[in-house]
Amino acid sequence: MKNKSFGAKLLSFVRDNTVPIMFVLICAFCIPLSGFSFSYLLNEIITRMGRNIFLILALLIPIMSGMGLNFGMTLGAMAGEIALIFVSDWQIWGIPGVILAMILSIPISVLLGTFCGKILNMAKGREMITSYIISFFMNGIYQLIVLYMMGSIIPISHFSVKLPRGYGIRNTVSLLNMRQCIDNLLAIRTNGVKIPVLTFLIIGVLCLFIVWFRRTKLGQDMRAVGQDMNVARDAGINVERTRIISIVISTVLAGFGMILYLQNMGNIATYSSHSQIGMFCIAALLVGGASVDRASIGNVFLGVILFHTMFIVAPKAGAQITGDSMIGEYFRVFVSYGVITLSLIMYETKKRRQKSQMGLQLQREQMEEGAK
Amino acid sequence: MEKKNTPLLEMRNIKKDFFGNQVLTDINITLGEGEVLGLCGENGAGKSTLMKILFGMDVIRETGGYEGEILLNGQPVHFETPFDALAAGIGMVHQEFSLIPGFTATENILLNREPKKRNVVSEVFGDRLDTLDYNQMTGRAETAIEKMGFQVDKSMVINEMPVGHKQFTEIARELSKDQLKLLILDEPTAVLTEKEAEALLESIRSMSKNGIAVIFITHRLHEILSVCDKVVVMRDGFVVKDIPAKETNVSEISKWMVGRNIDTAASAGVRDKSDGKTIMSIRRLWVDMPGEIVRDVSLDVKEGEILGIGGLAGQGKLGIPNGIMGLYEAGGTVELDGKPIPLNSPRKCLDASLAFVSEDRRGVGLLLDETLEWNVAFPAMQVQDKFLKNYLGGLIKWRDEKAIREITERYIDELAIKCTSSKQKAKELSGGNQQKICLAKAFALEPKFLFVSEPTRGIDVGAKALVLEALRRFNRESGVTVVMISSELEELRQVCDRIAIVSGGKIAGIRPATDPSEEFGMLMVSMVK
Repeated sequence: MKNKSFGAKLLSFVRDNTVPIMFVLICAFCIPLSGFSFSYLLNEIITRMGRNIFLILALLIPIMSGMGLNFGMTLGAMAGEIALIFVSDWQIWGIPGVILAMILSIPISVLLGTFCGKILNMAKGREMITSYIISFFMNGIYQLIVLYMMGSIIPISHFSVKLPRGYGIRNTVSLLNMRQCIDNLLAIRTNGVKIPVLTFLIIGVLCLFIVWFRRTKLGQDMRAVGQDMNVARDAGINVERTRIISIVISTVLAGFGMILYLQNMGNIATYSSHSQIGMFCIAALLVGGASVDRASIGNVFLGVILFHTMFIVAPKAGAQITGDSMIGEYFRVFVSYGVITLSLIMYETKKRRQKSQMGLQLQREQMEEGAK
Repeated sequence: MEKKNTPLLEMRNIKKDFFGNQVLTDINITLGEGEVLGLCGENGAGKSTLMKILFGMDVIRETGGYEGEILLNGQPVHFETPFDALAAGIGMVHQEFSLIPGFTATENILLNREPKKRNVVSEVFGDRLDTLDYNQMTGRAETAIEKMGFQVDKSMVINEMPVGHKQFTEIARELSKDQLKLLILDEPTAVLTEKEAEALLESIRSMSKNGIAVIFITHRLHEILSVCDKVVVMRDGFVVKDIPAKETNVSEISKWMVGRNIDTAASAGVRDKSDGKTIMSIRRLWVDMPGEIVRDVSLDVKEGEILGIGGLAGQGKLGIPNGIMGLYEAGGTVELDGKPIPLNSPRKCLDASLAFVSEDRRGVGLLLDETLEWNVAFPAMQVQDKFLKNYLGGLIKWRDEKAIREITERYIDELAIKCTSSKQKAKELSGGNQQKICLAKAFALEPKFLFVSEPTRGIDVGAKALVLEALRRFNRESGVTVVMISSELEELRQVCDRIAIVSGGKIAGIRPATDPSEEFGMLMVSMVK
């Protein structure tokens, strides 16, 4: 009897954690094939954790308020990029530049987040696809601003930023003078592994904020709204406003996250940096075992480690097997979309299974009654 | 009990109509402090509407408000929203749970009224960033649970609770409001076990001792007698009886509930088909239809009869046809003409020449944006390849527009459907005419066996008579067996040969339609869970 329940427990554990287990297996298979040294691998993973975790944490709050995976975080990323473009035009470098960019990004993020939140309120139950499409739409507006308005209407003067034709922003804006300025401050280097202590401190503060936020009235309201909008409304919670605030917070955090991400990379790919950031962040979160309606800080860390380990080792492992290193790049995009699709399907099947279990219970009760 | 001069609540001449359909007429109710009032009546008698008015629910305002006066402590009041009613000390526990599934009992009891602590951030960004004071929350939840007198685990998450505890959590939430003076309980014992129901009655008694007045709506009449000070019986939007609970008994109340002009109802031409062939036999059917759960139903339907299925709302009568037709998950065996019908597969049912007119007209029954022709012909076209012209040996199928128009026009004539033409869109018709289109659709399938669910819900008296007559004629002329599900007993008695009453998800009894109404009334409340 005990054995059986252990087996059942194992089964339900595997069922609930299919995606992370799958990725642990992939990584375990690819790491030896790739032939990377342990310290190289560790260094790469720590670098990518510092680069990505802040961005992924931005996804947690909309999940808490029941709005699913916020593909609209791309809007925050755009806000962060615009702020960085201004800062590099003004030639303010180093940590002051990063801080100024963060401050500048706030009003832009709030504006975009409010817009996105209002639209999502009109599309309740279809938040994910709506936010996905909004991010495409906003990309158009972003390009209009950056490509045509900057330099002509919005004052941009520095030659390293502006296109030679007199308006529009260059394809790549170099952030060489603020590259890894936060990562390098207080960094610890041992055995070829660099630990960006300050970046991790910032991430730690954000984690504490999220934990604290859950205990606030607003956090409680968001959880209530996320689980049942109608009940929350009947209890007097302003559902619409709560949902908008949740998206605004997510967008602002995504803006900060993008700035941290780009200071690590050292340059802005003006027209493409933001375009896939939402998808990669969401895929990483899902790899960590999160689902559409449930995600924790632990999921974020596990997800980043697994997802990026795969990213690092897959190209090399792919080259070893097939002799073609392009296979890795292909694999990366394929896997990201695949993971998102897989977890959406699993979310639906889980819901359906729960529903059919109700029926089974009814049948059992009837059998028991009949036996009496 | 010593009575004060001004009662706590007084409702005077309350009237309410929904778009010309009078549902409440001259309701007068008074209730003193700490009094317990039992409110009973059949479905559609107006109990819920009356409570919605008292509680200021949005639906009342949206449908044109109400007439009459409500006085609280002698002061006239008019609630625009439930929040006004709450502020005035009225609490309500609804039939559907209003709980957050992933929250603990404590969090639910204090939902949106959590005690808070100020902090640095909230000083700057406003009080929504105050942190919750968990210690105080636990304390207040404890007090409320104690006041109720039934132990609910305050740290248990709602969706892990047995259903009865959820109900008590809701009651505790109302009791945790300090200003509470009047509590409305809408069928609170419907989901409780015997023991829990007993505990609830006990807690109602203790509330009443603490000066909280209670309006108690239930179908379990003995509960009313054991706990209430007075009983108000409603029927068809009127108060038919307002009497101290001591002076009455269960059979009297059930008579008042159902008994209108008792003799008029039972139809002429009730046929006894008990020695006829069994066309459908249902064995041990269960259906998981939320709110209409069916448990262990076994039933035989005779060929050519009209069988009525009646019962109170939420007792499972709607679950039977929806389960058999495969719209909700079901189990058990169903045989039609000796051949088993696979459950959970609507198409197979239709292939077996079963048809179903759903109670959900607009959702399941009609293609609202399409023409009447399409609505009438669509299922027959899909299921039976009718109204199609075959070319190339059936490789290409075209709609036979002429045949479709003919049949639609025939039914428009026969059923007296009011429309501009057979090309009109279904959504433009009135409720009664939409219902007739639903019937025409089922008739066009030429089924052997027809389920009709709530055929007269939400349509006016004239249309009602026509719909019932059409059903009866269809049965008599084509010999089709009809099972009609309705919450209106009198309507069943007019049309059906036999009536089965469902109570607590099970068949409580089957009687010829000629039996007196009171018999059916007793059956309805007999096994209510």
